[in-house]
Amino acid sequence: MKRQLPLLLVFVSGIFLVIQYFVPAEISDRAYEFMLDWTVIIGIFALALGIWSLIRVSIEKIQRKTHDHNYTYISLAGLFAMIILGLNPWSAGLDDYTFSHLFRFVMIPIQSTMFSLLAFFIASAAYRAFRARTVVSAVLLVAALIMMLRVIPLGPLSVYINDTSNWLLLVPNLAAKRAIIIGVGLGMVATALKVVLGIERAYLGKD
Amino acid sequence: MNDLRRYLFSLRLFIPLVVAIFLVTVQSSFAQSDSVQTQPRQDATYTPAPVPPSPPNNVVLRDSPNDNGHAIEVRWTLSADDGAGADNVVLYEIYRAESADAPDSLWLKRGSAIKGAGVYNDRGEREESSASYFPKGKDFYYKVAAITLDSKSFSSVAGPMQARDNWFNGTRIPVLLYTIIFFGLTLFFINAAKKGMNLYVRPLAGIEAIDEAIGRATEMGRPILYVLGLGTASDIATIASFTILGRVSRRVAEYQTSILVPCYDPIVMTVAQETVKTGYADAGRPDSFIEDSVYFVTQAQFAYVAAVNGTMLREKPATNLYLGKFYAESLLLAETGVMSGSIQISGTDEIAQLPFFVVACDYTLIGEELYAASAYLGREPLLLGTLKAQDWFKGLVIISILGGIALRLLTSPEWVQKFFEMT
Repeated sequence: MKRQLPLLLVFVSGIFLVIQYFVPAEISDRAYEFMLDWTVIIGIFALALGIWSLIRVSIEKIQRKTHDHNYTYISLAGLFAMIILGLNPWSAGLDDYTFSHLFRFVMIPIQSTMFSLLAFFIASAAYRAFRARTVVSAVLLVAALIMMLRVIPLGPLSVYINDTSNWLLLVPNLAAKRAIIIGVGLGMVATALKVVLGIERAYLGKD
Repeated sequence: MNDLRRYLFSLRLFIPLVVAIFLVTVQSSFAQSDSVQTQPRQDATYTPAPVPPSPPNNVVLRDSPNDNGHAIEVRWTLSADDGAGADNVVLYEIYRAESADAPDSLWLKRGSAIKGAGVYNDRGEREESSASYFPKGKDFYYKVAAITLDSKSFSSVAGPMQARDNWFNGTRIPVLLYTIIFFGLTLFFINAAKKGMNLYVRPLAGIEAIDEAIGRATEMGRPILYVLGLGTASDIATIASFTILGRVSRRVAEYQTSILVPCYDPIVMTVAQETVKTGYADAGRPDSFIEDSVYFVTQAQFAYVAAVNGTMLREKPATNLYLGKFYAESLLLAETGVMSGSIQISGTDEIAQLPFFVVACDYTLIGEELYAASAYLGREPLLLGTLKAQDWFKGLVIISILGGIALRLLTSPEWVQKFFEMT
């Protein structure tokens, strides 16, 4: 029963959503939105589990005094500071000065810094990718060179380079992308079908 | 002296003549300027009556098809002065009222359509609180006005008509058809596999490398890092990744090595914990499972990247597996993995991230290979059956594409275009 009930729920929900896709009536819309609301509600409950997991893992690291465990103090301090400031009954919620400033002037710059590292990682990845060791990687290198030259003004040559790069983007590149998209779409349907029919049940865990 | 006298005498006669000529000239010039000024006055007062265009005809109403019952479709025959005749119609305005004989003030303008258009979909919101609420099941009357720059003419009133719920979206018939075919193929191949039919699956290098990678981790005494990506539990890529995680954790338990699964989403974390636990139980080592090996990090994308990268650099995992939904963090993770010297296997259905993984990882599962991996690992007939159905359906898609191209090149029947139109 412990296993059959979730399987039945998944089957009924899955079949309902398949049918719902073909039924435009208002009741069908509302039922779909009702189900989506439930995912949000479940997500909020699960967030509590997530926070508990984070606290437990962090405390364990501190107790075991693992390598670089000092960072754990910072993550715990950040977690509790934001919770306290956010739940403080005298605060203005999201508009609270300290709360919003911590988010805007600490969190966002740190995230932007992480994102900006991408530029350097792209450079190092490109260096590895463009080592023409095989015919395929040589083709990749040539294609990449043409794409890079596109943004450089080269007088009358620019016209030909633009045309070639557009062709690369719109013909071989797009064809490959579409092939992957079709495959992904079918794979998604097949996986969803396996889940709905109960063939795929790894997510359920053990009895 | 006499000459001078004679001259002055003639001048005396001449002066009144000059004055008279001057006065006449001035008067006539004033008279002319008066006429110039009055001419426009005469024009302004002369306003020819605007000629109204021919009105639109045959206004036909119907409940808007394939919707949730909050729209009515209005069709009409174009005014005779639209594209022909005086050709002065610039647009059409659509008016609605609750009774046919409502006074002008109760006819609400619902929208407009450009010249040449003979249809308007009067659509509204379903919520009563919304300003554009469109009640269903209520009688409405419509009339259409042909508009020129200076006049308009109304059609006769059409109605009543009610907006109603529709119970089938006719534009999705092709999807339904293909879904039924796909379901049928899947069930057929599952049955065939159960009966012992040999279903060949081509080798997937990325999946075959997993065993080797786990063995390497065991030999090196280092953990395996499994990243499920930024997807939620409702993403198919994440669901496919759970299945692979189940197989990986079973193998990890068999080899008695350790696994780390940092999670971005708390629901994903909960499911991943169950999946890893099941893997350990299947391997006969439920006691070796450490719940905190599957842990929640954060729901901020780059904070998550920072945490996972930190784990890579501190723990030095022998193998990194990135399987699921990935966005901009893909290269940040994979490049850090390269720096930490790990074997890396990745797989995602996010096309934009595939090049990054291909460049930075040793093996990459491209698109659908991620979904095929579970069947490949399990070799169970039920899973292989769906995989085979996928292949056959792909064949059908290729045939459909070729057939569509042929039909388009040879002829372009309307029914083909309508069949593939979808909303």
